[in-house]
Amino acid sequence: MSEIRKSWGLHTGVVALLLALNFILPDYHHGNLARVMVLACYAMGYNMLFGYTGLLSLGHALFFAAGMYGMSLTVQHLGWSAGPAIIVGLASGLAMSLVVGILSLRTAGVAFMIVTLMFAQAGYLAALYFGEYTRGDEGFVIQKAARQIGGIDLSDPMSRYLAALVLFAVCLFITLRVVQTGFGRVLVAIRENEERTRMLGYDVHLHKLLAILLSGTMSAAAGAAYGLLFGYAGATFASVQYSIFPLLWVLLGGAGTVLGPFVGTLFMFYLIDLSSDISTAYMLIAGLTLVLLTLFAPQGLVGELRRRTLRWLP
Amino acid sequence: MMLLSTRGLSRHFGGLKAVENVDFDLPEGQVRALIGPNGAGKTTYVGLLSGRIPASAGSVTFDGQNITHLPAHLRIRAGMAYTFQITSIYGRLSVQENVALALRWRKGGNEAATTKRATDALERVGIAKRADQLAGDLSYGHQRLLEIAMGISQQPRLLILDEPTQGLADSEIVDFISLIRDLVGEMTILLIEHNIHVVMQTADAITVLNGGEILAEGTPGEIRKNTAVQAAYLGTK
Repeated sequence: MSEIRKSWGLHTGVVALLLALNFILPDYHHGNLARVMVLACYAMGYNMLFGYTGLLSLGHALFFAAGMYGMSLTVQHLGWSAGPAIIVGLASGLAMSLVVGILSLRTAGVAFMIVTLMFAQAGYLAALYFGEYTRGDEGFVIQKAARQIGGIDLSDPMSRYLAALVLFAVCLFITLRVVQTGFGRVLVAIRENEERTRMLGYDVHLHKLLAILLSGTMSAAAGAAYGLLFGYAGATFASVQYSIFPLLWVLLGGAGTVLGPFVGTLFMFYLIDLSSDISTAYMLIAGLTLVLLTLFAPQGLVGELRRRTLRWLP
Repeated sequence: MMLLSTRGLSRHFGGLKAVENVDFDLPEGQVRALIGPNGAGKTTYVGLLSGRIPASAGSVTFDGQNITHLPAHLRIRAGMAYTFQITSIYGRLSVQENVALALRWRKGGNEAATTKRATDALERVGIAKRADQLAGDLSYGHQRLLEIAMGISQQPRLLILDEPTQGLADSEIVDFISLIRDLVGEMTILLIEHNIHVVMQTADAITVLNGGEILAEGTPGEIRKNTAVQAAYLGTK
């Protein structure tokens, strides 16, 4: 019992720390952290499927983009306000993950990776094809006037940071709660030994499908929020690059840990940011660091912490 | 009353008839051993019973219900438990969590009740002291016992054990025999076993498979005397 209390304490502490940072951080880092928190939600969604269920998707950009376009297209072309548009973004992510889930779960392993990658590529090409509405790679700006919820101007740095924090906290606590329930433990069991789990009496297929729905919808929430908070939607977010990012963030932070996705996203963001200060060959520095980290902390930063000292980390 | 019956049960892999037209009845409460030379179709046969492998033809009836087309996880929920020939546990999870996973789908079971039942099952096989260890750190013999604990914790109507004593030390086999005897009356047991000593010590009846078909069936005494069985095992006439 005390382990559960400890982990709630720790995660609440992280959220409280992020809240405190809102009042302390200089503008530049304040903006960065808001961005990192939203992207970390994407990583948390990815982690639910990859880290906890053991399904490696290479097509999560589809869900991120579904949320982003679901929200931004309704704002842009239907003139909806931000609140209902976010719901559309979430619904798009849910619907997309249902379709992709039902079809891709007919495969496993490498085939699952390829199938999810192909679906995401189809989504990316669709975003380009319907350039009349999406403006393709160039994308479109979501007008400041549309970026308001309940009179709060989300383009204002302070409210943007707080909105990002609220979303982050919701995703973090949902993840924490899920992994503590029987459902979450069955997901881990599927990751560890699928056939054993089936032969203990669990509907493995249904559990995987639910994991994809949760993962895809959380990714879509991040996509919708990203578009709204930073005022831009473009096809780049649907590209394969954005399917690889969450995988990297999760691997770096620690797959199958609740805090890993955030730590990984933060680490990678500042790794690129700081190394580009040093040299124009910043990807070389970033790449080398990633190789070293993979060699010496193969379970990721938080995963390594759990292995060495904090065994109770969820 | 028959707990489990199969009629005309067959499984073909291409041209290979792994299991062919097997009629089989297992009365409730019996300990039945399933023996046969390597490649006789024993593991395929219990795979058909548990739903791991779909049947090519024939039917499986469990507890009066036709379960031929029921997916594996629902057969487990209907009261079967299955242990794998090659030990299949969650190596990176604790011993306690391994058994808890066998129990969580039960309705009305809260976590405290689950913990209690998991501990009981571990005590029964004699590894309760290791509950907090990672299952992967257990010795091979203890891992086999853990898998059996996962099975019996579910309090199944039918426990299927696929070569449970394979790789166990002699002392562990002695313990295993007394465990099986201890379970008599609580559940029906179908035991695939190569160790004839274990079979003779535990089984009420023996079914001999050879080439995917039932070669003989009877009490241990009858099987011992059966010349066809001797021929299948020893290759003599």
